[in-house]
Amino acid sequence: MPVETDSSDDKFAGYAHPERLVTTEWLEERLGTDGLVVVESDEDVLLYEVGHIPGAVKVDWHTELNDPVQRDYVDGAGFAALLSAKGIDRSDTVVIYGDKNNWWAAYALWVFTLFGHEDVRLLDGGRDKWIAEDRPLTTEPAERPTTRYPIVVRDDTVVRAFKDDVLTHLGNPLVDVRSPEEYSGERTTAPAYPEEGALRAGHIPSAQNVPWGKAVAEDGTFRPVVDLDAIYRDGAGLSEGDDIVAYCRIGERSSHTWFVLTHLLGFENVRNYDGSWTEWGSAVRVPIVTGTKPGRVPSE
Amino acid sequence: MSDETLPPALAEISEEFLAVGEPDRLQLLLEFSRELPTLPSRLAEHPELLERVAECQSPVYIVAEVDGGVVHLHATAPEEAPTTRGFASILVQGLAGLTPDEVLATPNDVAHRLGLGRAVSPLRLSGMSGMLARIKRQVAVRTA
Repeated sequence: MPVETDSSDDKFAGYAHPERLVTTEWLEERLGTDGLVVVESDEDVLLYEVGHIPGAVKVDWHTELNDPVQRDYVDGAGFAALLSAKGIDRSDTVVIYGDKNNWWAAYALWVFTLFGHEDVRLLDGGRDKWIAEDRPLTTEPAERPTTRYPIVVRDDTVVRAFKDDVLTHLGNPLVDVRSPEEYSGERTTAPAYPEEGALRAGHIPSAQNVPWGKAVAEDGTFRPVVDLDAIYRDGAGLSEGDDIVAYCRIGERSSHTWFVLTHLLGFENVRNYDGSWTEWGSAVRVPIVTGTKPGRVPSE
Repeated sequence: MSDETLPPALAEISEEFLAVGEPDRLQLLLEFSRELPTLPSRLAEHPELLERVAECQSPVYIVAEVDGGVVHLHATAPEEAPTTRGFASILVQGLAGLTPDEVLATPNDVAHRLGLGRAVSPLRLSGMSGMLARIKRQVAVRTA
């Protein structure tokens, strides 16, 4: 049975799907509740070992959610084996948190969504807020009894876009959530991530540049809906009923934006293009625009 | 590449990693991260003397000084980036006391000889290769 939702925060009430977020207070009060599993998912693979929320299990995006050979996520059997080993049931409420304003936590949440795990939420403010508030941490790895998570076929049709999908999508809204330097084509890599480069620089024609971090306040929590509306509806021109694709470099920052657009603002057709710039910027004969303007979609 | 031999201290570290199972390699890396010495105050007060390693996902700074025919390495990275600290610590310990020529002869694929590919992921390991490349470049410049 799902755990009740967090209705303690007035800010959440403004979001389209407030049930997708929990506060640090709410989580601390409910640690150990039956049917609630806390998952830590970080960029730094050792942070969980340094200290984590008591009872939390670690799920690493790089080494556990990805297929070790092909550039893809694990399949249904792989996901079932992983979640069974972590002690997560299909009916459990999963709360995910992580470093870097929940980048990788949002990415993990999005992968859980590909497998249709119904009740999966983010901890607003992530790992940093929990620590800043001096809440309990432990280095004891969580021991959860293994479960029998069912084998569910991954559904790549609803929240995931592939390169060919993006080509046919051209003409509809695209959100490029990378830094302005990556968008304009001054550089092919994120400022601190040169190893994830691409052969060409720039952006997909017509994409609006809305760096992911605009959705986040100084303390790492999501901005209230009034700010998000100003950024995405007024600023980027998104409107109700739009079919939207978000992308970044490998899909982690755009998972964060996908979460904002889908769960906080309530857009119903948002897909994350996880191939993102590391695929598009190296693909042959796909259109690219350089400079600070979105540019036009080339005519046939 | 991989038939080049590692300097003795790095070889020992590599053996330590390869001697334990994959989950324990992360714990070992964590131990290394805790052993990264703090910067001497002359460097801590002059961060401009250190070079930022752009290949790393976290802000890590290094300097390779050459004094009396020996290379002295110093590095700093934030507590909330233990993996990066671990990589820096392995290089600081593994290259300690070597001559500039020995540092320059260190194989570039050290990061891939620690058995961390599966436990850490190749993408993360490239940060360590970036650190070594910058160390070598500094040493080359300072001995030119």
